[in-house]
Amino acid sequence: MSNLVKYFSLKEIKKSLVITLWFMVLTFPIMVIKVNTIENTVIWRWGYLAIIAIGSFILSTLWRYMMERKSLQAGKESKISLQQKLREMGEKNPRLKRGALAAVVVLVVAYPFATSMYQTGIMTTALMYVVLGLGLNIVVGLGGLLHLGYAAFYAVGAYTYALLHVHFGIGFWVSLPIGAGLATILGILLAIPVLRLRGDYLAIVTLGFGEIVRIILENWNDFSYGPSGIANIPRPTLFGIHFKLQQATIFIYFIMVALVVFTIFIVRRLENSRMGRTWIAMREDEIASQSMGIDITKTKVTTFAIGAFWAGMIGVVFAAKTTFINPASFTLWESIIILCIVVIGGMGSIFGVVVGAGILILLPEYLRAFSQYRMLLFGAILVLMMVFRPGGIVTNVRKVYRIDKEKTGEAE
Amino acid sequence: MDLSYFFELFLGGMTRGSIYALIALGYTMVYGIIKLINFAHGEIYMIGAFTALIISSVLGFTGMNSILILVISGVLAIFFSSAYGVTMEKIAYKPLREAPRLSALISAIGMSMFLQNYVLLAQTPDFLPFPTLIPDFKFLKPIEKILNSTQLVILVTTAVVMILLTILIKFTRTGKAMRATSQDAKMAQLLGININRVITITFIIGSATAAIGGVLISSHTGQLNYYIGFIAGIKAFVAAVLGGIGSIPGAVLGSFVLGWTESFGTGYISSDYEDVFAFIFLLVILIFRPSGILGRSQNDKV
Repeated sequence: MSNLVKYFSLKEIKKSLVITLWFMVLTFPIMVIKVNTIENTVIWRWGYLAIIAIGSFILSTLWRYMMERKSLQAGKESKISLQQKLREMGEKNPRLKRGALAAVVVLVVAYPFATSMYQTGIMTTALMYVVLGLGLNIVVGLGGLLHLGYAAFYAVGAYTYALLHVHFGIGFWVSLPIGAGLATILGILLAIPVLRLRGDYLAIVTLGFGEIVRIILENWNDFSYGPSGIANIPRPTLFGIHFKLQQATIFIYFIMVALVVFTIFIVRRLENSRMGRTWIAMREDEIASQSMGIDITKTKVTTFAIGAFWAGMIGVVFAAKTTFINPASFTLWESIIILCIVVIGGMGSIFGVVVGAGILILLPEYLRAFSQYRMLLFGAILVLMMVFRPGGIVTNVRKVYRIDKEKTGEAE
Repeated sequence: MDLSYFFELFLGGMTRGSIYALIALGYTMVYGIIKLINFAHGEIYMIGAFTALIISSVLGFTGMNSILILVISGVLAIFFSSAYGVTMEKIAYKPLREAPRLSALISAIGMSMFLQNYVLLAQTPDFLPFPTLIPDFKFLKPIEKILNSTQLVILVTTAVVMILLTILIKFTRTGKAMRATSQDAKMAQLLGININRVITITFIIGSATAAIGGVLISSHTGQLNYYIGFIAGIKAFVAAVLGGIGSIPGAVLGSFVLGWTESFGTGYISSDYEDVFAFIFLLVILIFRPSGILGRSQNDKV
């Protein structure tokens, strides 16, 4: 922190002042003047100008300080991540590890009984986003393919259950694999046209795909009941036992806990499997991995298909939890929030996605006062994260095989 | 088939196409120079339209002549849009120039979200009526149903902007620097071209044309809100890809093709699926001709 002092010199203050002035001009029409062209009134909000001035002065100084710190650190070896520290601590004394695990288990089991139904509901939502994040993490974090239409698969799952129930009276447990399966098939179908596309095109095509699915759901009334959606979807049952609302909430919570454990188990296995390693190789360099004998076509299709699987599954749970679905739940912003979870938590890192979902879903619930600033903050955080900490909160640690003392892997 | 209906759709599609072209230029130019899809470009367009709305309503109280208001608010919209474009580049893209593509894309998405919600919070989430600033031309009275004066202004302005831009890129030193940078940024730098300056100028030009598009389309539709940038931005992007991203004549051609597709699609097939046409068109183009209509195919260098 010692070189922070430098930023109080006259030269730096002058720099900050110039930037401040720039931002005051920049934000003037939108921040200060508020017009209402219906009632023909204009409100001048000079107070905001002062806020902008103070804010941009502080932020610009901070920005330059962070930039300098980043460039100083660039050459150095990256610091040990949180995940690595935890792992090392666990390896050093196994009793602590076992104790911590037991504590987590007790906490998870006791949570719905110790807190209210409302809290349980929020926690269930957070757990759903953990699975969604882990699913998207396969595509974005491991496969390195930017996917902006993930909510479409989520919608497929939800509508599968809703429509199967409406037309055939099929229950939750049968719908769960069917929803996941249909989403997987859709994932494969999407993967085929996008095989030839590079990063940026891929992003826009997946975005278009997501929008197409949503628009079809909105307009094809005979099939999806249009914008009014489908109501009265039953909550899950257990061997034919129907629960009351409160019990059902707790039951869905435990279903989600089980699904999270299942997902983490499977994703961990996948990550270290032959298939997972081809994903990572493709992310690092498509051409190089192809020349090493990796079938890029197959690899891309499997990332999309397996990524979509989880979204379809959670879609079914979502429909069962809310008992009502309509296309408005599956907009582009839904896809982007899931992307935020992956990016902010740490691309490619399972622990990171769990942390990311916790922060992005739980924090806004408890900071209701700031809820309108949520998307604004998410946007700003995405930019800042990419500039200063592209690895996310929990930076994924790649396996490094050490030969002599030279570090051979390149941490990104 | 009704011929006047056909012409109505044809000119309607051309008007749409012109607007898309004005926005698509920004995409295609930025892509040509820094190989980044500027997701937040639609937001720049929206900010341009919003600035024009704010300035024109404030000036409206002074009882000024409506043409003068149009000119002043248009110029200020261009200024502020360009300022936002340049600032955005400095904050969100410049630090990521050496970073992997994915990082810059995510940063662009973040910027887009930020700007959208910034306008939403600072102004209003509702649709605001945009004042009519373009006067009715008397000589268009007989064919009013097919072509109204706003449409004429849009078509003429687009044509003028395109011609100016072509002159700028083909015949000036700046244009030459821009072409050199888009061919090979490193080599251009070695030959003494100030890349940062070229990028800044690119963002200024792209944002300025987007702002012109924003003001024109808002006068045409008569309303706007914070969300207009998103869908317009995506469609303009589709247009840019259709024509071959990185190619300026391609962007214009792609925009007109898209404008006509949408206009005839909604006119003759169904208006419910208006937005779907653009995306399906994009998918088809990308599958059969990924480099676009006028684009050259690029081979990845190893």
